Amino acid sequence: MTPIQTRDPLQIAESWMREGRDVAIATVVETWGSAPRPVGSHLVIDADGHFEGSVSGGCVEGAVVAEAADVLEDGKPRMLEFGVADETAWEVGLSCGGRIKVYVERLG
Amino acid sequence: MDPYSLKKLNALRKERRAAILLTDLGDGRDRVIAEGDAVAGALGEAVAKAFRSGKSGTVEADGRSFFLNVHLPPPRLVMIGAVHISQVLAPMARLVGFDVHIVDPRTAFASPERFPEVRLDAEWPEDALARTPLDPYCALAALTHDPKIDDPAIRRALDAGCFYIGALGSRKTHAKRIERLTAAGVPQPALDLIRAPIGLPIGAASPAEIAVAILAEIIDALRSRGIEPRKGEAA
Repeated sequence: MTPIQTRDPLQIAESWMREGRDVAIATVVETWGSAPRPVGSHLVIDADGHFEGSVSGGCVEGAVVAEAADVLEDGKPRMLEFGVADETAWEVGLSCGGRIKVYVERLG
Repeated sequence: MDPYSLKKLNALRKERRAAILLTDLGDGRDRVIAEGDAVAGALGEAVAKAFRSGKSGTVEADGRSFFLNVHLPPPRLVMIGAVHISQVLAPMARLVGFDVHIVDPRTAFASPERFPEVRLDAEWPEDALARTPLDPYCALAALTHDPKIDDPAIRRALDAGCFYIGALGSRKTHAKRIERLTAAGVPQPALDLIRAPIGLPIGAASPAEIAVAILAEIIDALRSRGIEPRKGEAA
Protein backbone atom coordinates (compact mmCIF):
# COMPACT_ATOMS: atom_id res chain seq x y z
CA MET A 1 0.00 0.00 0.00
CA THR A 2 2.96 2.35 0.47
CA PRO A 3 3.40 4.38 -2.72
CA ILE A 4 7.19 4.34 -2.55
CA GLN A 5 9.14 1.25 -1.63
CA THR A 6 11.69 1.42 1.16
CA ARG A 7 14.58 0.31 -1.07
CA ASP A 8 13.95 3.14 -3.47
CA PRO A 9 17.33 4.18 -4.98
CA LEU A 10 16.46 7.88 -5.27
CA GLN A 11 15.35 8.05 -1.65
CA ILE A 12 18.51 6.25 -0.61
CA ALA A 13 20.57 8.74 -2.66
CA GLU A 14 18.90 11.59 -0.80
CA SER A 15 19.55 10.06 2.61
CA TRP A 16 23.19 9.34 1.71
CA MET A 17 23.55 12.96 0.61
CA ARG A 18 22.14 14.12 3.96
CA GLU A 19 24.76 11.97 5.69
CA GLY A 20 27.43 13.86 3.76
CA ARG A 21 28.43 10.97 1.53
CA ASP A 22 29.53 11.49 -2.08
CA VAL A 23 26.94 9.91 -4.35
CA ALA A 24 26.85 8.93 -8.01
CA ILE A 25 23.63 8.08 -9.83
CA ALA A 26 23.50 5.72 -12.80
CA THR A 27 20.39 5.70 -14.99
CA VAL A 28 19.38 3.42 -17.85
CA VAL A 29 18.66 5.89 -20.67
CA GLU A 30 18.25 3.53 -23.61
CA THR A 31 17.74 -0.17 -24.22
CA TRP A 32 17.74 -2.37 -27.31
CA GLY A 33 16.57 -5.95 -27.53
CA SER A 34 15.90 -7.85 -24.35
CA ALA A 35 17.19 -5.60 -21.61
CA PRO A 36 16.64 -6.79 -18.04
CA ARG A 37 15.85 -3.38 -16.50
CA PRO A 38 13.63 -0.76 -18.15
CA VAL A 39 14.67 2.73 -19.21
CA GLY A 40 14.68 5.00 -16.17
CA SER A 41 16.04 2.39 -13.72
CA HIS A 42 18.61 3.62 -11.22
CA LEU A 43 21.72 2.40 -9.46
CA VAL A 44 23.13 4.70 -6.78
CA ILE A 45 26.72 4.35 -5.65
CA ASP A 46 28.77 6.01 -2.91
CA ALA A 47 32.50 6.72 -2.81
CA ASP A 48 33.18 3.52 -0.85
CA GLY A 49 31.51 1.43 -3.53
CA HIS A 50 28.25 0.78 -1.65
CA PHE A 51 25.35 0.58 -4.04
CA GLU A 52 21.55 0.19 -4.17
CA GLY A 53 19.19 -0.44 -7.06
CA SER A 54 20.06 -1.97 -10.40
CA VAL A 55 20.56 -1.12 -14.05
CA SER A 56 20.86 -4.64 -15.43
CA GLY A 57 19.95 -7.21 -12.84
CA GLY A 58 23.56 -8.00 -12.03
CA CYS A 59 25.36 -8.27 -15.39
CA VAL A 60 27.13 -4.92 -15.58
CA GLU A 61 26.74 -3.44 -12.08
CA GLY A 62 30.39 -4.10 -11.26
CA ALA A 63 31.60 -2.08 -14.24
CA VAL A 64 29.16 0.75 -13.49
CA VAL A 65 30.30 0.91 -9.85
CA ALA A 66 33.95 1.10 -10.99
CA GLU A 67 33.13 3.87 -13.47
CA ALA A 68 31.18 5.73 -10.76
CA ALA A 69 34.38 6.07 -8.73
CA ASP A 70 35.93 8.06 -11.61
CA VAL A 71 32.77 10.14 -12.01
CA LEU A 72 32.86 11.01 -8.31
CA GLU A 73 36.51 11.97 -8.61
CA ASP A 74 36.39 14.30 -11.60
CA GLY A 75 32.69 15.22 -11.53
CA LYS A 76 32.24 14.60 -15.26
CA PRO A 77 29.17 12.60 -16.29
CA ARG A 78 29.75 9.58 -18.53
CA MET A 79 27.62 7.63 -20.98
CA LEU A 80 28.36 3.90 -20.86
CA GLU A 81 27.22 1.28 -23.34
CA PHE A 82 26.99 -2.44 -22.72
CA GLY A 83 26.15 -5.18 -25.18
CA VAL A 84 26.46 -8.92 -25.47
CA ALA A 85 29.60 -10.22 -23.78
CA ASP A 86 32.29 -11.39 -26.19
CA GLU A 87 36.09 -11.31 -26.14
CA THR A 88 36.53 -8.62 -28.77
CA ALA A 89 33.96 -5.96 -27.99
CA TRP A 90 33.01 -6.11 -24.34
CA GLU A 91 34.69 -7.12 -21.15
CA VAL A 92 31.41 -7.33 -19.35
CA GLY A 93 28.10 -7.75 -21.02
CA LEU A 94 24.51 -8.82 -20.94
CA SER A 95 24.09 -12.54 -21.28
CA CYS A 96 20.49 -12.00 -22.34
CA GLY A 97 21.64 -10.50 -25.63
CA GLY A 98 20.37 -6.95 -25.24
CA ARG A 99 22.20 -3.64 -25.27
CA ILE A 100 21.85 -0.82 -22.77
CA LYS A 101 23.09 2.73 -22.41
CA VAL A 102 23.74 3.96 -18.87
CA TYR A 103 24.29 7.58 -17.86
CA VAL A 104 26.45 8.00 -14.77
CA GLU A 105 26.60 11.35 -13.00
CA ARG A 106 27.60 12.82 -9.68
CA LEU A 107 24.95 14.10 -7.30
CA GLY A 108 25.77 17.76 -6.66
CA MET B 1 22.23 15.56 -10.71
CA ASP B 2 21.38 18.72 -8.89
CA PRO B 3 20.66 17.93 -5.20
CA TYR B 4 17.75 20.36 -5.35
CA SER B 5 16.25 18.37 -8.25
CA LEU B 6 16.57 15.12 -6.32
CA LYS B 7 14.87 16.59 -3.24
CA LYS B 8 12.08 18.11 -5.32
CA LEU B 9 11.54 14.87 -7.25
CA ASN B 10 11.39 12.75 -4.10
CA ALA B 11 8.99 15.23 -2.47
CA LEU B 12 6.62 15.12 -5.46
CA ARG B 13 6.73 11.32 -5.53
CA LYS B 14 5.90 11.17 -1.84
CA GLU B 15 2.85 13.36 -2.50
CA ARG B 16 1.68 11.01 -5.28
CA ARG B 17 2.26 13.68 -7.93
CA ALA B 18 3.52 12.88 -11.41
CA ALA B 19 6.94 14.33 -12.24
CA ILE B 20 9.64 14.18 -14.89
CA LEU B 21 13.35 14.57 -14.27
CA LEU B 22 14.66 16.25 -17.41
CA THR B 23 18.40 15.86 -18.02
CA ASP B 24 20.29 17.63 -20.78
CA LEU B 25 22.63 14.87 -21.93
CA GLY B 26 25.01 17.46 -23.40
CA ASP B 27 25.92 19.35 -20.24
CA GLY B 28 24.32 17.17 -17.55
CA ARG B 29 22.06 19.94 -16.24
CA ASP B 30 18.68 18.83 -14.98
CA ARG B 31 15.37 20.09 -13.71
CA VAL B 32 12.13 18.65 -12.37
CA ILE B 33 8.83 19.20 -14.15
CA ALA B 34 5.64 18.50 -12.23
CA GLU B 35 2.56 17.45 -14.19
CA GLY B 36 0.71 20.60 -15.21
CA ASP B 37 3.85 22.82 -15.33
CA ALA B 38 4.06 24.74 -18.60
CA VAL B 39 6.89 23.71 -20.94
CA ALA B 40 7.10 25.48 -24.32
CA GLY B 41 7.76 24.18 -27.82
CA ALA B 42 8.88 20.78 -29.04
CA LEU B 43 10.16 19.86 -25.60
CA GLY B 44 6.74 20.68 -24.15
CA GLU B 45 5.09 18.24 -26.58
CA ALA B 46 7.55 15.51 -25.63
CA VAL B 47 6.92 16.18 -21.95
CA ALA B 48 3.13 15.98 -22.39
CA LYS B 49 3.48 12.70 -24.30
CA ALA B 50 5.77 11.26 -21.63
CA PHE B 51 3.30 12.12 -18.86
CA ARG B 52 0.49 10.41 -20.81
CA SER B 53 2.37 7.25 -21.70
CA GLY B 54 4.44 7.03 -18.53
CA LYS B 55 7.39 6.01 -20.70
CA SER B 56 10.89 7.35 -20.06
CA GLY B 57 13.21 8.01 -22.99
CA THR B 58 15.56 10.26 -24.89
CA VAL B 59 14.21 13.06 -27.09
CA GLU B 60 15.86 15.54 -29.44
CA ALA B 61 14.55 19.08 -29.14
CA ASP B 62 15.99 22.48 -30.08
CA GLY B 63 19.17 20.77 -31.30
CA ARG B 64 19.81 19.17 -27.92
CA SER B 65 19.43 15.71 -26.53
CA PHE B 66 17.33 15.30 -23.38
CA PHE B 67 16.57 12.32 -21.20
CA LEU B 68 13.08 12.33 -19.69
CA ASN B 69 12.70 10.09 -16.68
CA VAL B 70 8.99 9.83 -15.93
CA HIS B 71 7.81 9.08 -12.41
CA LEU B 72 4.08 8.41 -12.24
CA PRO B 73 2.38 7.54 -8.95
CA PRO B 74 1.20 3.94 -8.86
CA PRO B 75 -2.43 3.98 -10.01
CA ARG B 76 -5.00 3.04 -7.40
CA LEU B 77 -8.45 1.58 -7.88
CA VAL B 78 -10.98 2.48 -5.21
CA MET B 79 -14.11 0.35 -5.26
CA ILE B 80 -17.18 1.57 -3.44
CA GLY B 81 -19.02 -1.60 -2.57
CA ALA B 82 -17.74 -4.94 -1.36
CA VAL B 83 -19.98 -6.68 -3.87
CA HIS B 84 -19.73 -9.71 -6.12
CA ILE B 85 -18.08 -7.74 -8.95
CA SER B 86 -15.49 -6.34 -6.50
CA GLN B 87 -14.56 -9.87 -5.49
CA VAL B 88 -13.36 -10.62 -9.02
CA LEU B 89 -12.28 -7.10 -9.97
CA ALA B 90 -9.93 -6.78 -6.97
CA PRO B 91 -7.56 -9.63 -7.89
CA MET B 92 -7.69 -8.70 -11.60
CA ALA B 93 -6.77 -5.08 -10.86
CA ARG B 94 -3.92 -6.19 -8.62
CA LEU B 95 -2.52 -8.37 -11.42
CA VAL B 96 -2.56 -5.35 -13.72
CA GLY B 97 -0.59 -3.36 -11.15
CA PHE B 98 -3.17 -1.26 -9.36
CA ASP B 99 -3.25 -0.65 -5.63
CA VAL B 100 -6.73 -1.74 -4.59
CA HIS B 101 -8.88 -0.16 -1.89
CA ILE B 102 -12.43 -1.30 -1.14
CA VAL B 103 -14.87 0.74 0.91
CA ASP B 104 -18.29 -0.39 2.08
CA PRO B 105 -19.98 0.55 5.38
CA ARG B 106 -22.09 -2.63 5.30
CA THR B 107 -20.05 -4.98 7.45
CA ALA B 108 -21.88 -8.06 6.15
CA PHE B 109 -20.44 -7.30 2.68
CA ALA B 110 -17.09 -5.89 3.77
CA SER B 111 -15.77 -8.95 5.54
CA PRO B 112 -12.13 -10.00 5.36
CA GLU B 113 -13.26 -13.55 4.52
CA ARG B 114 -14.81 -12.31 1.29
CA PHE B 115 -11.81 -10.09 0.49
CA PRO B 116 -8.55 -11.71 1.50
CA GLU B 117 -5.33 -9.77 0.92
CA VAL B 118 -7.10 -6.57 -0.09
CA ARG B 119 -7.26 -3.27 1.72
CA LEU B 120 -10.82 -3.13 2.98
CA ASP B 121 -12.51 -0.39 5.04
CA ALA B 122 -15.93 -1.17 6.49
CA GLU B 123 -16.76 2.52 6.74
CA TRP B 124 -18.71 5.24 4.99
CA PRO B 125 -16.82 6.57 1.94
CA GLU B 126 -16.63 10.06 3.52
CA ASP B 127 -14.63 8.66 6.44
CA ALA B 128 -12.44 6.22 4.54
CA LEU B 129 -11.65 8.72 1.78
CA ALA B 130 -10.88 11.48 4.28
CA ARG B 131 -8.15 9.25 5.68
CA THR B 132 -6.85 8.07 2.29
CA PRO B 133 -7.70 10.87 -0.14
CA LEU B 134 -8.44 10.34 -3.81
CA ASP B 135 -6.17 12.02 -6.39
CA PRO B 136 -5.75 12.21 -10.20
CA TYR B 137 -4.03 8.78 -10.25
CA CYS B 138 -7.04 7.09 -8.67
CA ALA B 139 -9.88 5.35 -10.46
CA LEU B 140 -13.19 5.12 -8.65
CA ALA B 141 -15.76 2.43 -9.33
CA ALA B 142 -19.07 2.97 -7.54
CA LEU B 143 -20.65 -0.46 -7.32
CA THR B 144 -23.15 -0.56 -4.45
CA HIS B 145 -26.36 0.52 -6.30
CA ASP B 146 -27.10 2.44 -3.09
CA PRO B 147 -27.18 6.23 -3.65
CA LYS B 148 -26.35 7.11 -0.08
CA ILE B 149 -23.09 5.16 -0.37
CA ASP B 150 -22.22 5.74 -4.06
CA ASP B 151 -23.18 9.42 -4.50
CA PRO B 152 -20.88 10.98 -1.87
CA ALA B 153 -17.96 8.90 -3.19
CA ILE B 154 -18.63 10.03 -6.78
CA ARG B 155 -18.66 13.65 -5.66
CA ARG B 156 -15.35 13.22 -3.89
CA ALA B 157 -13.87 11.58 -7.00
CA LEU B 158 -15.01 14.53 -9.15
CA ASP B 159 -13.46 16.99 -6.68
CA ALA B 160 -10.18 15.07 -6.64
CA GLY B 161 -9.94 14.86 -10.45
CA CYS B 162 -9.78 11.05 -10.53
CA PHE B 163 -8.75 9.85 -14.00
CA TYR B 164 -11.71 7.47 -14.08
CA ILE B 165 -15.10 7.50 -12.42
CA GLY B 166 -17.51 4.71 -13.23
CA ALA B 167 -20.88 3.92 -11.73
CA LEU B 168 -22.82 0.68 -11.87
CA GLY B 169 -26.45 0.74 -12.94
CA SER B 170 -28.71 0.87 -15.98
CA ARG B 171 -29.32 4.00 -18.03
CA LYS B 172 -32.48 4.56 -15.98
CA THR B 173 -30.59 4.27 -12.69
CA HIS B 174 -27.96 6.64 -14.02
CA ALA B 175 -30.57 9.17 -15.14
CA LYS B 176 -31.85 9.26 -11.56
CA ARG B 177 -28.29 9.62 -10.29
CA ILE B 178 -27.75 12.60 -12.60
CA GLU B 179 -30.98 14.18 -11.28
CA ARG B 180 -29.81 13.78 -7.67
CA LEU B 181 -26.30 15.12 -8.35
CA THR B 182 -27.68 18.05 -10.36
CA ALA B 183 -30.02 18.89 -7.51
CA ALA B 184 -27.01 18.77 -5.19
CA GLY B 185 -25.29 21.40 -7.35
CA VAL B 186 -22.85 19.31 -9.42
CA PRO B 187 -22.44 21.07 -12.80
CA GLN B 188 -22.99 19.36 -16.16
CA PRO B 189 -19.34 19.15 -17.31
CA ALA B 190 -18.49 17.21 -14.17
CA LEU B 191 -21.47 14.88 -14.61
CA ASP B 192 -20.27 14.07 -18.14
CA LEU B 193 -17.10 12.55 -16.66
CA ILE B 194 -19.05 9.74 -14.97
CA ARG B 195 -18.91 6.53 -17.04
CA ALA B 196 -22.28 4.86 -16.70
CA PRO B 197 -23.38 2.22 -17.36
CA ILE B 198 -19.93 1.20 -16.14
CA GLY B 199 -17.45 -0.72 -18.35
CA LEU B 200 -16.74 -1.10 -22.04
CA PRO B 201 -19.71 -2.38 -24.06
CA ILE B 202 -18.49 -5.94 -24.68
CA GLY B 203 -21.74 -7.65 -23.77
CA ALA B 204 -20.39 -8.69 -20.37
CA ALA B 205 -22.84 -10.90 -18.47
CA SER B 206 -21.20 -12.55 -15.45
CA PRO B 207 -19.55 -10.59 -12.61
CA ALA B 208 -16.14 -11.66 -13.91
CA GLU B 209 -16.93 -10.44 -17.43
CA ILE B 210 -18.25 -7.15 -16.04
CA ALA B 211 -14.98 -6.83 -14.10
CA VAL B 212 -13.04 -7.26 -17.34
CA ALA B 213 -15.15 -4.57 -19.02
CA ILE B 214 -14.56 -2.18 -16.10
CA LEU B 215 -10.82 -2.86 -15.92
CA ALA B 216 -10.41 -2.37 -19.68
CA GLU B 217 -12.27 0.95 -19.46
CA ILE B 218 -10.03 2.04 -16.57
CA ILE B 219 -6.84 1.18 -18.47
CA ASP B 220 -8.13 3.07 -21.51
CA ALA B 221 -8.83 6.12 -19.33
CA LEU B 222 -5.39 5.94 -17.71
CA ARG B 223 -3.50 5.68 -20.99
CA SER B 224 -5.46 8.32 -22.89
CA ARG B 225 -5.80 10.95 -20.19
CA GLY B 226 -4.63 14.49 -20.91
CA ILE B 227 -1.80 16.22 -19.14
CA GLU B 228 -4.28 18.30 -17.15
CA PRO B 229 -5.96 16.25 -14.48
CA ARG B 230 -9.65 15.98 -15.28
CA LYS B 231 -11.11 18.11 -12.55
CA GLY B 232 -14.77 18.08 -11.75
CA GLU B 233 -16.19 21.34 -10.55
CA ALA B 234 -18.42 19.82 -7.95
CA ALA B 235 -18.58 21.74 -4.71
